[in-house]
Amino acid sequence: MSEELFTNLAIFVLSLLVGFEVMSKIPATLQTPMMSGANAIHGVVVVGAFVIAAEANSWVFYCLAFFGAFFAAVNVAGGYTVTDRMLGMFDRKPAAKKEDDQK
Amino acid sequence: MSALQTISSLIYLVSAVCYVLGVHMMRSPKTARHGNGLSAVGMFLAVITIIVTIIIEGKIDAIGWIVLLLGLALGILYGVVKARKVPMTDVPQLVSLFNAVGGGAAAVIGIFDYLLKGDGASLSIAFSLPVLLDVIIGGITFSGSLIATGKLSGHVSGKPITVPGARILNIIVVIAILASAWFMIGYPTNIWYVILALAMSLVFGLLMTLPIGGADMPVVVSLLNAFTGLAVAFAGFVINNQVLIIAGALVGAAGTILTLQMADAMNRSVANILAGGFGTGDSDT
Repeated sequence: MSEELFTNLAIFVLSLLVGFEVMSKIPATLQTPMMSGANAIHGVVVVGAFVIAAEANSWVFYCLAFFGAFFAAVNVAGGYTVTDRMLGMFDRKPAAKKEDDQK
Repeated sequence: MSALQTISSLIYLVSAVCYVLGVHMMRSPKTARHGNGLSAVGMFLAVITIIVTIIIEGKIDAIGWIVLLLGLALGILYGVVKARKVPMTDVPQLVSLFNAVGGGAAAVIGIFDYLLKGDGASLSIAFSLPVLLDVIIGGITFSGSLIATGKLSGHVSGKPITVPGARILNIIVVIAILASAWFMIGYPTNIWYVILALAMSLVFGLLMTLPIGGADMPVVVSLLNAFTGLAVAFAGFVINNQVLIIAGALVGAAGTILTLQMADAMNRSVANILAGGFGTGDSDT
C-alpha cells in the first residue's frame, strides 16, 4: 500500500466518522433542506471536472470532460440556489411575525 | 510537495472545514441558512483554487478550456434557472435531478481516468478498485435518481412497477456487474469493460427504484444522495484529490443518518422500503 493511498484512506474513514457525528436528530421540517444542502456539497465533484478537463487530449476525453463539467455545474449551482430558496422560506415567517408584533 | 500544492491543499482543508460547519449549522432552523451560505463559501474557495491551479500548471489546452467553460456555463445557467423557477411543491424532484447529475459527473471522472491512465496497460488494484466503485455507484445513482425524479413529478407512474421475473433479472445484472469488476481489476484496460460496468449499474439503478412506490421516494432520494457522496469520495481517490474525499465521505455518512431519520419519521424502515424494491410482495403505498 502506497503512502498516498493510506493517507487518502485515513481521510476517507475519518470524514465518514465526522459525517456520522455531525448529524444528530434534526426537526422533520429541516430534513428536506438538509438533504438538498448535502446534495449541494457533493457538487464539489466540479473540482474533479476541472482536473479531467486539464488532462483531456482527444475527442473522447473532450466529450467526457464536457459532460463532467456540465453535470457537476448543474449539481453545484442548482443545489446551493434551491437550498437557499428553501431556507429563505424559514427566514421570512418569524421575521414577518416580529413586524406584526411591533405594530 | 511544491508550493502550489501546499497552498492549494491548505485552502481545500479550509473549504472542507466550511462543509462540516455548514452541515452542523443546518441542523437548527435559526442558523440553517447561514450554514448553507458557509458551505457555499467553502465551495467557492475550492473552485477558485482549482482554477488558479490549472492556470499555473498550464497543462490544459485550448479545446480543454472551451469544453470546460462551455460545460460549466451551460450547467450553471440550467441549474440556477431551474432552481429559481421551480414551484416550491416541485423541489424534491429537482433535488433528485441535481443528485442524478452529481452521480453522473462522478461516474464520468472514473471512466475518464480509467481510459486515460490505463491506455491498454495493466492497472494496480489501488487504482482500479476506486474507479470501479466510482463508476458503479455513480451509475446506480444516475439512473435511480432520474427514475425518482420521474416518479415524483408524475412522468413515471408513482405506483410500484414490477417487471415479470424481476428477481432473476436482478441476479443476472448483479452477476454482470461482478463480471465487469473482475475484468476491470484483473485485466489490462479495455473500453468495453468500463462500458459494461456503467451499463449494468444504470440498469441496476432502474430495477432498484422502479418497484418502489411514490410515497417512499423522498427516503429513496436521500439514500441515493448518500450514494452520490460515496461516488464522489471514490472519484477523489481516482484523481487523488482530498477535498473530494472529505466532502464525499461527509455527505455519504450524514446522508445515511438523514435517510434513517426520514424513514423513521414515516414509520418505515429503509430495509422495508428497499425490499419493496426487489418485489418481495411489499404493499403499494
